[in-house]
Amino acid sequence: MKKIKKRLYRVLAGAAAFVAALLVEHLVPFNSPSMENNVELILYLIAYFIIGGDVVKKAVSNIIRGQVFDEQFLMMLATVCAFFVGDYPEAVAVMLFYQVGELFQSYAVYNSRKSIKDLMNIRPDSANVIRNNEIMEVEPDEVKIDEIILVKPGEKVPLDGIIMEGTSSLDTSALTGESLPRDVETGDSVISGCININGNLKIRVTKEFGESTVNKILELVENASSRKAKTENFITRFARYYTPVVVILAVLLAFIPPVITGFMGETFSFSPEVFSDWLYRALTFLVISCPCALVISVPLSFFGGLGCASRKGVLIKGSNYLEIISDADTIVFDKTGTLTKGNFVVSEVRPEENFEGGKERLLSLAAHAEGFSSHPIAKSLADAYRMENGREIDTGIVSDVHEEPGHGVSVKEDGAEVLVGNDKLMKKAGISFRENDAYGTIVYVAVDGKYAGSIVISDEIKPDAKEAVKRLKERGIKNLIMLTGDGKKAGEKVGGELGLSKVFSQLLPQDKVARLEDIMKDAEGRVVYVGDGVNDAPVLAMADIGIAMGGLGSDAAIEAADIVIMNDEPGKIATVMDISQKTMIIARENIIFAIGVKILVLILGALGIASMWAAVFADVGVAFIAILNAMRTGSIKDRK
Amino acid sequence: MKKVYILEDLDCAHCAAKIEADVAALAGVESAAISLMAQKLTVNCSEDIKDSLTADVKKIVKKYEPDVEVVEK
Repeated sequence: MKKIKKRLYRVLAGAAAFVAALLVEHLVPFNSPSMENNVELILYLIAYFIIGGDVVKKAVSNIIRGQVFDEQFLMMLATVCAFFVGDYPEAVAVMLFYQVGELFQSYAVYNSRKSIKDLMNIRPDSANVIRNNEIMEVEPDEVKIDEIILVKPGEKVPLDGIIMEGTSSLDTSALTGESLPRDVETGDSVISGCININGNLKIRVTKEFGESTVNKILELVENASSRKAKTENFITRFARYYTPVVVILAVLLAFIPPVITGFMGETFSFSPEVFSDWLYRALTFLVISCPCALVISVPLSFFGGLGCASRKGVLIKGSNYLEIISDADTIVFDKTGTLTKGNFVVSEVRPEENFEGGKERLLSLAAHAEGFSSHPIAKSLADAYRMENGREIDTGIVSDVHEEPGHGVSVKEDGAEVLVGNDKLMKKAGISFRENDAYGTIVYVAVDGKYAGSIVISDEIKPDAKEAVKRLKERGIKNLIMLTGDGKKAGEKVGGELGLSKVFSQLLPQDKVARLEDIMKDAEGRVVYVGDGVNDAPVLAMADIGIAMGGLGSDAAIEAADIVIMNDEPGKIATVMDISQKTMIIARENIIFAIGVKILVLILGALGIASMWAAVFADVGVAFIAILNAMRTGSIKDRK
Repeated sequence: MKKVYILEDLDCAHCAAKIEADVAALAGVESAAISLMAQKLTVNCSEDIKDSLTADVKKIVKKYEPDVEVVEK
């Protein structure tokens, strides 16, 4: 910033000198024309050197080092020639506007770098580690796994870990874009980069700093702009040829027409007036020959898009992915953890009408019968019992437990014979039961040989999943496909509820790869895969774009993915698509607008219609507008 | 192996592209990428040239942008 300010003052001083020179030229009466010319020349030269002294210096030192086609040299050449032709104000103005453009460009880059730096503020500076009952402040990367760290209110959690002591609320907004704080207590795992809002927390470290979430995110964001989009590469390639071509054209323009007109008479005559006219036209070429502003507006657009996504809790690993996802027409979802929460809860208790004790007793019987089991289903039943009754199950009332693997369990409870299990268990025991076709795992209960009712355990569909599917359809996604290892019925139930176009169920991990291959073969556009689990890593890597759910997702999935959604909301996919499409539009606008105006001014300049002033506009004005346009990507809004 | 350099005060996208192309053309360099926004040059190169790389990079940067400071990370 200091450097930018220094340059700004110099440009302002130069501009003042320029205005003074203009006033002298137009207002002060001189006695002799030659005297007038000399005074004006000196005044304009003073303004010129205040403004462009560094450009001239750099140009000269570049020539010494053998660098000819750089922009400083071209600017110097254009302005020095303008002085020779006698267009003093133009010469100074070209230099002035060139410097203004450079200044603005530096400021724009500075600004967007700053917005990313703010994002980088999640980097923790230190960790309070407890060693030998003493609190020591150390660098986060000096803390080892299983050491205990203390995080005070207002501090950042420096390393991933599990809370050993304390309750608090965590501000996760820098990581997930989620504004509501997350309440945590003893036993919860916390990720680094969150800010501890109110309570003291003692945390047992589970990952070293290098592997911790905050470090992974920082690395990801820092490296994102190294992977360039095709559009970015196009513009740098364009720039490589643009400048030499324009300069060669300028040279041809300056010499060939005067020579041709010289030969048109009886004898060859070289007219200085004709040459000076064509030289002026050639100078307009030189003024527009610098591609720098055009080159910067494209990466600036992508950089803004990446930053915008980060602020919304979506990390994108490269500009190229932001570009590709705008061409997607197929999105393939994993089910558990992606569209559903991946937790198993009792979603329905359905007793038979004549069953004595109703819902409450049915749940109690089932929860107690499964009380000795470590199966997730048993845990869900016990959780539901605790929620209903406010106390734990009492396994003391259960006896004669017979577990039948793959079927269920039979026990004695309060003197009654209780059977709890799946449909196979009921059929085996010869009990007639009412089949429940709800989505999820169905637990049937029979008491004393009589069917009592069923309990549905399912993982919940994420609250924004349906809306997410709808928004994706509105954005032109033709195929929304779900792959799941679950049974056909469960899969189709979820697919139907969300409005997906296709569901493939009962897939083993290796089947997912084969399925995705088929889907990619059939798809017209790009294929996006969204998943979270360990077994998703190969599919995430294979799809054109792999999106991982960051909060729930495994490290392997996040590593293999191209885009990471930090707060696990499927709705963010549509957000990314919005940012992507908007960024692409802005980048293309800039390319077409900048190249279009430059070519137009080149043609008009060659015809002698466009003056040097128009050329300055084509150079600086276009850069100004393109950069302003590029900066819009930093604040793309969600479209509902 | 991978080496990362910070290019302080690098503002010119066109110059960055030139530096990138020249570094990529060095013998032993597999790939070079400049992130203008992060002011960072990432070089993938073979072990043999790891000692000479820094000096070569500095020379290239000096050629195009004498004011840019090269810091090894």
